Amino acid sequence: MQKFLTLQSGLVAFPEENTDTDQIIPARFLKATGRTGFGKNLFYDRRYDSSGNPRPDFILNITSPDKNILLTGKNFGCGSSREHAAWALYDFGFRVVISESFADIFRNNALNNGLLTIELPAEVISLLFRQSASNPDLKLKVDLEKENICSVDGAIAPTAFHTDAYKRHCLINGLDDITYLTSIQEEIVRYEQSSKYLQFLSPLTHPA
Amino acid sequence: MNQPKTLFSKIWDEHVVTRIPEGPDVIYIDKHLIHEVTSPQAFAGLEKRKIPLFRNKRTVATADHNVPTLNQHLPLREEMSRLQVNKLTENCQKHGVELFGLGHPNQGIVHVMAPELGITLPGMTIVCGDSHTSTHGGFGAIAFGIGTSEVEQVFASQCLLQEKPRTMNIQVEGTLSAGVTAKDLILYMLSEAGTDAASGHFIEYSGSTIRNLNMEERMTLCNMSIEMGARGGLIAPDQTTFEYLKGRPYAPQGEHLEEALTWWRTLFSDPGVEFDRVLKFDVSCLAPMVTYGTNPGMGIAIDMTIPVQNSLSGKKALEYMGWKEGEPMEGKRIQHVFIGSCTNSRIADLRAAASVVAGHKVARHVHAFVVPGSRKVMQQAVAEGLDRVFKEAGFEFREPGCSACLGMNEDKIPSGEYCIATSNRNFEGRQGPGSRTILASPLTAAASAIKGYVTDIRNITIN
Repeated sequence: MQKFLTLQSGLVAFPEENTDTDQIIPARFLKATGRTGFGKNLFYDRRYDSSGNPRPDFILNITSPDKNILLTGKNFGCGSSREHAAWALYDFGFRVVISESFADIFRNNALNNGLLTIELPAEVISLLFRQSASNPDLKLKVDLEKENICSVDGAIAPTAFHTDAYKRHCLINGLDDITYLTSIQEEIVRYEQSSKYLQFLSPLTHPA
Repeated sequence: MNQPKTLFSKIWDEHVVTRIPEGPDVIYIDKHLIHEVTSPQAFAGLEKRKIPLFRNKRTVATADHNVPTLNQHLPLREEMSRLQVNKLTENCQKHGVELFGLGHPNQGIVHVMAPELGITLPGMTIVCGDSHTSTHGGFGAIAFGIGTSEVEQVFASQCLLQEKPRTMNIQVEGTLSAGVTAKDLILYMLSEAGTDAASGHFIEYSGSTIRNLNMEERMTLCNMSIEMGARGGLIAPDQTTFEYLKGRPYAPQGEHLEEALTWWRTLFSDPGVEFDRVLKFDVSCLAPMVTYGTNPGMGIAIDMTIPVQNSLSGKKALEYMGWKEGEPMEGKRIQHVFIGSCTNSRIADLRAAASVVAGHKVARHVHAFVVPGSRKVMQQAVAEGLDRVFKEAGFEFREPGCSACLGMNEDKIPSGEYCIATSNRNFEGRQGPGSRTILASPLTAAASAIKGYVTDIRNITIN
């Protein structure tokens, strides 16, 4: 996983709420067995018309590649657990998603792929939407270690956000959970041996 | 005296291997269910790291999302789908994972297959790369959906790093009226609470209504917990649960069963325990529910009119559906009827739908199809003659799979057309680009198939 320390970038404002992962990437694009190349199908049914031509009014068709922050409405990433949604956002170029709230599975998927999710109170989200509407070139600075975000031009003062200490450590150092989990294997085996219910419930080989 | 504990905490705490200070818990996963769509990248990840699958006997696989529901004995026509399904077979062989692939007598939708085989048990932790894993909570298990990186974590360690969710108790009282099902119950609660009401929480359903639900109804209810934003939902196991498990091939037997029962009987929330949140519903006056919008929270009683939308997204949803505020839902013309999915494709669902359609014909302009949740369900339906009832009425009776729930396999709803579906999501394009979905119970879907429009089951005669 790529390390994440700070990011200075323009933002894409997508002010919809309850965006489900079927919108982010429709199921018919989940047939690939790799993790890359999903960006071209990001928001496919919103981005393209039925003949496959880009819709000129859809935000992703008029953004520029240097805008790596997605600003969006609450409950982003609800619905299906497909990690392809996080892969598609990352592959498209996003490194940060800012919202009032995220669906739980999506948040885990994003963080497991180095895509930072930042939750901010409703009033800060509104301010960001307003600022970006009046200044399309608005640039934000995200500092993960300090857990704050501000605009480069100073119009938005440093605002704190909260991340889980463990996840922050992983992102800053580019570590993933498997590195940790495999390092505690002995502990896991001890757990298996000591657990009282594992002996009678779901034994390692099934009776059937 | 010990502190009172919730059912959820009793199971969770039993599974904590270790706790990371200021971080998540490491929880042990008893059963890992996998399917073709969200597992290939996880297997590839293991191989890249050159580490083995840590506990392959705790993983069970099936093919469901990306399979056709016709001619399953033939090679898959669509190349990408064929490659994905073959990849699952190859990965399972390589890593020694039990696979119920196409044609196998145990094959089926992962959340139908595992419970009916007795793989799903009370007190377990169960995960799957699929958000509807919450279904298994109907047995009093902690079951939740995960992403592919997490699938890989479970492969590598049989554990997951998870922050302990907060707890929510949904108490439901009242007797459901005739024609009102567990599906209507969850659609109603979603319409009241909203689609993010339970974010960060694990739900425990309780109350007299829940106690009176059979196992299939409990699965339908828990299945859609994710649509409220919950990590999962569960119901304390009771005699109904234990009766259901009796004799299932993978459930413990004899001495093991006695030991298991002793533990299972302790799995309930202690009196006086506090939940982080409590919601209460009285459902004695509940009517059959249908959705009118593009998320499962946009539901109303079938005899109501489409409510006024104050939000932009609400207005956008109505525009997508091609409907207006104030219009009645009853009588809306439909082109398709889909009876299936992990929410409502079990034998009881098929029996309910068949009881409505028997002796009737599907409306001339309607394409109606039934997709059993598993091969076992299919066989049972055939044994009971339900397939004949459906076919004589003009339904197609397909082979098991996720089918038209998710617009991934061959079964899709054409753009602009309406489908009344017993599945769980009515998102834009969920059943195929431009498709318009109305969520409902198997009874409502079956009645609507006969009439050709959204129909109140209470107004038609059931045979």
